Amino acid sequence: MDFLFLYETFVTLISAIPTTLQLAATSVALGTVLALGLALCRLSGIAPLDWFARAYIFIFRGTPLLVQIFLIYYGLSQFRGVRRSMFWFILRDPYWCAIIALMLCTAAYSAEIIRGGLLSVPHGQVEAGRACGMSRFLVFRRIVMPLAIRQSLPAYSNEIISMVKATSLASIITIMEVTGVAAKLISETYRAIEVFIVAGAIYLAINFLLTRIVVLTEYRLSPHLRQAPSLQPVAAGEMK
Amino acid sequence: MTQPSFLDLIGSGPDGWGPALAAGAMMTILIALAGYAIGMVFGALGAWAKIAGGPVARGVAGTYTTVLRGIPDLLVIYLFYFGGSTVISAFGHLFGASGFISFPGFLAGALAVGVTSGAQQTEVFRGAYKAVHAGELEAAIACGMPPFLRFRRIIAPLTLRYALPGMGNVWQIVLKESALVSITGVVELLRQSQIGAGSTGRPFDFYFIAAMIYLAISTLSGALLQFSEKQFTRGVRRG
Repeated sequence: MDFLFLYETFVTLISAIPTTLQLAATSVALGTVLALGLALCRLSGIAPLDWFARAYIFIFRGTPLLVQIFLIYYGLSQFRGVRRSMFWFILRDPYWCAIIALMLCTAAYSAEIIRGGLLSVPHGQVEAGRACGMSRFLVFRRIVMPLAIRQSLPAYSNEIISMVKATSLASIITIMEVTGVAAKLISETYRAIEVFIVAGAIYLAINFLLTRIVVLTEYRLSPHLRQAPSLQPVAAGEMK
Repeated sequence: MTQPSFLDLIGSGPDGWGPALAAGAMMTILIALAGYAIGMVFGALGAWAKIAGGPVARGVAGTYTTVLRGIPDLLVIYLFYFGGSTVISAFGHLFGASGFISFPGFLAGALAVGVTSGAQQTEVFRGAYKAVHAGELEAAIACGMPPFLRFRRIIAPLTLRYALPGMGNVWQIVLKESALVSITGVVELLRQSQIGAGSTGRPFDFYFIAAMIYLAISTLSGALLQFSEKQFTRGVRRG
């Protein structure tokens, strides 16, 4: 194995990590907001909103992400109205198109996760909040939302990891993130296996760190599930 | 020159891309089926190694699932497509061929999809095996069944029954992943839409119809899976 080549590949690929992380972070952050809206639509009990959210989730979960990316990046430019609109400077840019597509896609998956979390909040907690005189919004902010976040965190971490993996598709619309740079290196050097090892290790490291962070957050958020720190039995004479 | 209407575009007339898109959809299904079958084999082997393997087999299977679930599918497709070509060319040189021999895109795609879905399938099978009641295995041993008969009559049917919902999920993932195989140049649904979009200058229409066809395939196969789930769990009491 050629360690010098592996090292050079590593150095080249490291410069692309910020793009990957930016894509993932931006789309997950924006997607979560959208997902919360969709989940609330699903639970609102208002039929048109419910149906809209259902249709949205069905369509975005049933089609490949790559098709969605192509539809937004290449597809929208077909319409003159779009090309002349004030949004064209965004829709012309592959970076923003990738973020929009990733955001719309992750929102569909996260909406169901958040909905599950919101549904898991015991009704008694809400009633208790109401009984304390909290307004509906205050109950949502103080009681329902925190409990739902804690409940849906494990499923949500899966979604974040699949988003980190999904950012690789942005390379197909010319964005030079880790996979894009790796593909360029492969086509320049024809050493697919070495490049794959390095790029794969980078993704693994990112995902490993992310899982650790989520596990740690979950641990911090659920002190009630842990055993209380046991006090060491001390003999009377040993007290200091 | 008048623009053909959307319906002309997807029909089978002179301007129609209908037959080409249908052929592309068939190719997509074919890639997904081939990848899924390969994934089943990898999944069964992986689950076997994780359940009954020694420390080495378990370590290999654990690394396999961790790695393949942690890296993007696109990277795996690149590995098989370009890496496969490199290996084949090297072999070709040994036997006197010269130049670059490219690895068939269909094979690379199906293998890549198979290997990635195999990692998910491993966990599905392993979880399903765990759901099999220990008492049923004990009963089989008590009846004097040898290991293979036990596997064929008790373990395999029960595991498959418990695995069905998870296997359905993996199928949906595989179907959507097959779109990535378009980068190897295999003319499946997405590649065909790209060709159509390029030659007519109407990308939105083509990608839109591609999305609808994907949606139709996944909905139909989802309904089929749900039906089979109902069929195979007839003997199970619910609730």
